[in-house]
Amino acid sequence: MIHRHGKTGDIGTEMTAMLQSLKHRGPDSTGYALYGKPLKGNELMLRFKVAEQDEMLKGFKIHDQVKERRNEVDKRIKELGGRILETTDATEYAFRYRIDYAGDRRKLADFIEDVEGAEILSMGHGLELVKDLGDAARVAEQYHLKGFTGTHALGHTRMATESDVDIRSAHPYWAYPFADVSVVHNGQLTNYWNGRRALERRGHRFMSNCDSELIAVYLADKMQQGAELKDAMTDSIDELDGVFTYLVATSDSLGMAKDVMAAKPMVLYESEKFICLASEEVAIRSVFPHEIDTFDPYEGEVRVWKSA
Amino acid sequence: MALRTKSQDMGMHTEQLSGRTQQRFFTPAEEQNFTYPEAFDVDFNKRAELDCGPLAPRDVNLKIRDLMSKGYGTIVLKNPGAKHSLAVGILNKLNLHIEGSLGYFGCGLIDGPNIRIKGRVGWSCAENMLAGTIVIEKNAGSTFGAALRGGDLVCMGDVGARMGIDMKGGTIIVGGRCGAFCGFMMQRGRMVVLGDAGKNLGDSMYDGTIYVGGKIDGLGVDAVPGEMTDLDVSWLSRKLKMYGLEAPKGVKNMQKIVAGKQLWNYDNLEPTEKKLIL
Repeated sequence: MIHRHGKTGDIGTEMTAMLQSLKHRGPDSTGYALYGKPLKGNELMLRFKVAEQDEMLKGFKIHDQVKERRNEVDKRIKELGGRILETTDATEYAFRYRIDYAGDRRKLADFIEDVEGAEILSMGHGLELVKDLGDAARVAEQYHLKGFTGTHALGHTRMATESDVDIRSAHPYWAYPFADVSVVHNGQLTNYWNGRRALERRGHRFMSNCDSELIAVYLADKMQQGAELKDAMTDSIDELDGVFTYLVATSDSLGMAKDVMAAKPMVLYESEKFICLASEEVAIRSVFPHEIDTFDPYEGEVRVWKSA
Repeated sequence: MALRTKSQDMGMHTEQLSGRTQQRFFTPAEEQNFTYPEAFDVDFNKRAELDCGPLAPRDVNLKIRDLMSKGYGTIVLKNPGAKHSLAVGILNKLNLHIEGSLGYFGCGLIDGPNIRIKGRVGWSCAENMLAGTIVIEKNAGSTFGAALRGGDLVCMGDVGARMGIDMKGGTIIVGGRCGAFCGFMMQRGRMVVLGDAGKNLGDSMYDGTIYVGGKIDGLGVDAVPGEMTDLDVSWLSRKLKMYGLEAPKGVKNMQKIVAGKQLWNYDNLEPTEKKLIL
């Protein structure tokens, strides 16, 4: 969803309602990419975790290890010249930091993820990525997403089909280490390994074996080379093989693309003020219970909307 | 030797039937072919309203059945909320008005009711429909009328991809445009698109006819242009008039797409047409 003309809304509550109405698609995990008010200057919002949810139930020393890992992350941020301005404990193992950092983002991200169990969920000026196991109501409550104000958001509720049920394999995907690029995807990419190999040769790293991550990195790489978001997405229709529909968000835009087979669902509501897309209309009805006009985008279709 | 039938003389189809397809599996004299023994005797003047808001789809469908058993012949569904699988499996005469939108598989497996939907419908609306009419006032998702076997399925707006996939009879009419692969593996029936059609139209169609009023992005395998006959024109004029629709450039200027007959083909007559001819 995206609010247009610079407007904002309670995207945390709106997205939770949409995702909860789609719980039947798969309750394994739920993820949010929320775009709040952009931070100024060199400030970055860092979302990271240092353990998986099920790890917390098993390890004898996991609680101490989580503290040690977090301290190590703090130390490494400072070591690279970053300043921690504000911290929030989202859960015992997942954290939200506002930091001031002017250096190389990839170097910082690599250094943090070198800590055992650490994974950066997002690092951006506007993007905050939250994902965990369970349905939307559970994740929203756990991470206090009610009242999260912002311009646009992506969400995903997942039934794992081709990768594990863990936070790492949950959507949305952040295009590491590019600030503010996130993707959700429904489908299968059949040239995943070839595409991944090509991007790894260009220096990108992948955190999962999930084909959806490829789309995020692919688009971010194109944009890093100077392509506009819409052009990168149009190229993806030809260069990514398989059946897929995906949504991508950047700091100020939301885009959708559908492959030429059009075998994955997408319903679109478009108005002057607000855009809302979902796999099923029932999700849009959770935001607009009254009658509205919606339609299915067609095969090979790419659309991009700006928040401002 | 191929048998030339009365239907062919009437121009209802052009295929040369041979082998198994000559079987007569339909006897119009058997009235019981048209109704189910357990169908409810309903009165169209007896009207009921049902608020779907607080109900699960299964409960809505059971309520419809319950109302029909009490003789209600006109039922209005309010607040359908794009729920899935609403109004499925209705094997009865019924006037059903749906005041809103449906999710996936709406009105599937029906045989007999006349349904009007004020909103849009999601994927696979009217899948395996056998008889009756459905009119959708807004847009429809993909696989619209999948495996349709009979009746009229009408969407006033635009329709997604793979409309009429595996269609085995009946008529689909689209007021707007349709997506890719419409008529894929179509075996019988007629499809009318007044706007533009996506690529691979009629891919691997065995039989049946597709009429398009706008531009066609591309034909699929074994789909070829056909020649519009006077019978096509009169049939189209009558059908479109029934639903208050018009071809943008007139029915005479619509494009007709048929199977190239390089694949296996089936008898393309509708049951009502069989009745007329036999």
